[in-house]
Amino acid sequence: MIFVIILLVVVVLLALYAIVTYNGLVGLRNRIENAWAQIDVQLKRRYDLIPNLVETVKGYAAHERETLDAVITARNAGMNAQGPQEQAAAENMLTGALKSVFALSEAYPDLKANQNFAQLQEELTGTEGRIAYARQFYNDTVYRYNTKIQSFPSNVLAGMFRFSEREYFQADDDSRGPVQVSF
Amino acid sequence: MTVATLFAGAGMYDQVTSNKRRSWLLVAGFALFVGLVCVAFAYFIGGGPIGIAFALIFAIVTSWGAYWKSDTVALTMSRAKPAPVEDYARYHNIVEGLCIASGLPKPRLYIIDDPAPNAFATGRNPRNAAVAVTTGLLEKMNRIELEGVLAHELSHVKNYDILVSTLAVTMVGVVALLADLGVRMLWWGGGRTNNRDWDRNNGGNNNGFGVIFAAVGFALLALSPLIAVLMQRAVSRKRETLADVSGVEMTRYPPGLISALEKLKEDSTVVHSASRATAHLWIEQPSAQTEEEGKLSRFNRMFDTHPPLEERIALLREL
Repeated sequence: MIFVIILLVVVVLLALYAIVTYNGLVGLRNRIENAWAQIDVQLKRRYDLIPNLVETVKGYAAHERETLDAVITARNAGMNAQGPQEQAAAENMLTGALKSVFALSEAYPDLKANQNFAQLQEELTGTEGRIAYARQFYNDTVYRYNTKIQSFPSNVLAGMFRFSEREYFQADDDSRGPVQVSF
Repeated sequence: MTVATLFAGAGMYDQVTSNKRRSWLLVAGFALFVGLVCVAFAYFIGGGPIGIAFALIFAIVTSWGAYWKSDTVALTMSRAKPAPVEDYARYHNIVEGLCIASGLPKPRLYIIDDPAPNAFATGRNPRNAAVAVTTGLLEKMNRIELEGVLAHELSHVKNYDILVSTLAVTMVGVVALLADLGVRMLWWGGGRTNNRDWDRNNGGNNNGFGVIFAAVGFALLALSPLIAVLMQRAVSRKRETLADVSGVEMTRYPPGLISALEKLKEDSTVVHSASRATAHLWIEQPSAQTEEEGKLSRFNRMFDTHPPLEERIALLREL
């Protein structure tokens, strides 16, 4: 009798463990999806801000065509990018182009004094920060998820229900190298 | 990566559980303490069973208030006003970014009109949290430093430090109030006669009990300011360094917070909106710390709510 009770208790405990672990894995997997979507939200926000910026700058520095065109080209390339590789390249181009637009403000004091420009600059800097943080959060979540999938005993359950490892978001080699400054 | 691996494991969750448990103990201990003090009061001014009942109700109401209304109390005491997005875009943007990085909901943001740079976080859980900074902080810090400071505050939110330390604000306030009242009543000796009345009503044969009771009550009243200070101390020093480290885990950039702390060290403006009761909430100890405190300095350090800035900076440099 006692034996049966012990067995029953063990089975119930195992079942409880399985349920908790399974739900934990599902939660983490959804959080990864959410984190990925969050990156896209921030990227879109940046694309939306750019036309405004270009319009504002045009009013003060219309003949800086090249710089402004570079931003527009990079933005369109980013919006139409297929696959993460292409997108990352476009994003890098866009970040570089935006830097030169902000550098323009040094040459045009009126532009620098413009309230709208200052606001857009703050918004874009904030958005870049959010993009970086969204990627960081994505990677942190993938790290926790992968660790759980690989470590014992949760790996048994993960294998049973086909939870597969996720890939990290990786900055490309360019952005890790030293910054090139040209005058 | 070392910091990340340090905290990615169970460490952070242990901290959260321990903070929640500590909060319950704090609320329970506080209710008991206030109850005892009130009973002592009732005895001194005389009120018999009605006084005791009143004391218990008072204890329950203040404890309940400490849990639900502490953040409002802390914010009101420091004269914090909500910070509108239009006027404080940078502040909002940085907090939003950090919330994305840590997976926290965005807290309510407040601003305090004060030239001294300082900041604090309050609330009972991440969903009901608030962060307040002084105008001085926004002026004196650059974006990266501000990010370091705000990450430190958000770590307090994430670790549930805000619950414990905000509870302490209200509790210290109530204890101080009680002690004050008690001292005044003893001074005016109002209790004596009523007290005898109560004894007479009860048959007058419980004098021994009465004396002990009075002594305990008096001790409680006399000790309450000290208890309040110790309570505050217990909740804050270690968690400041911990919040520094987990804040850096959020930004992944120690130099930001290091340079912010260095600026705080150089700045000697005193926060006017901070009081003794809210001292432990702020990122830097708000009272003026002068070098020439002499013999008293070691004694004073016992009551410091924060570890010295030099120590915190040194620790961050090691990361």
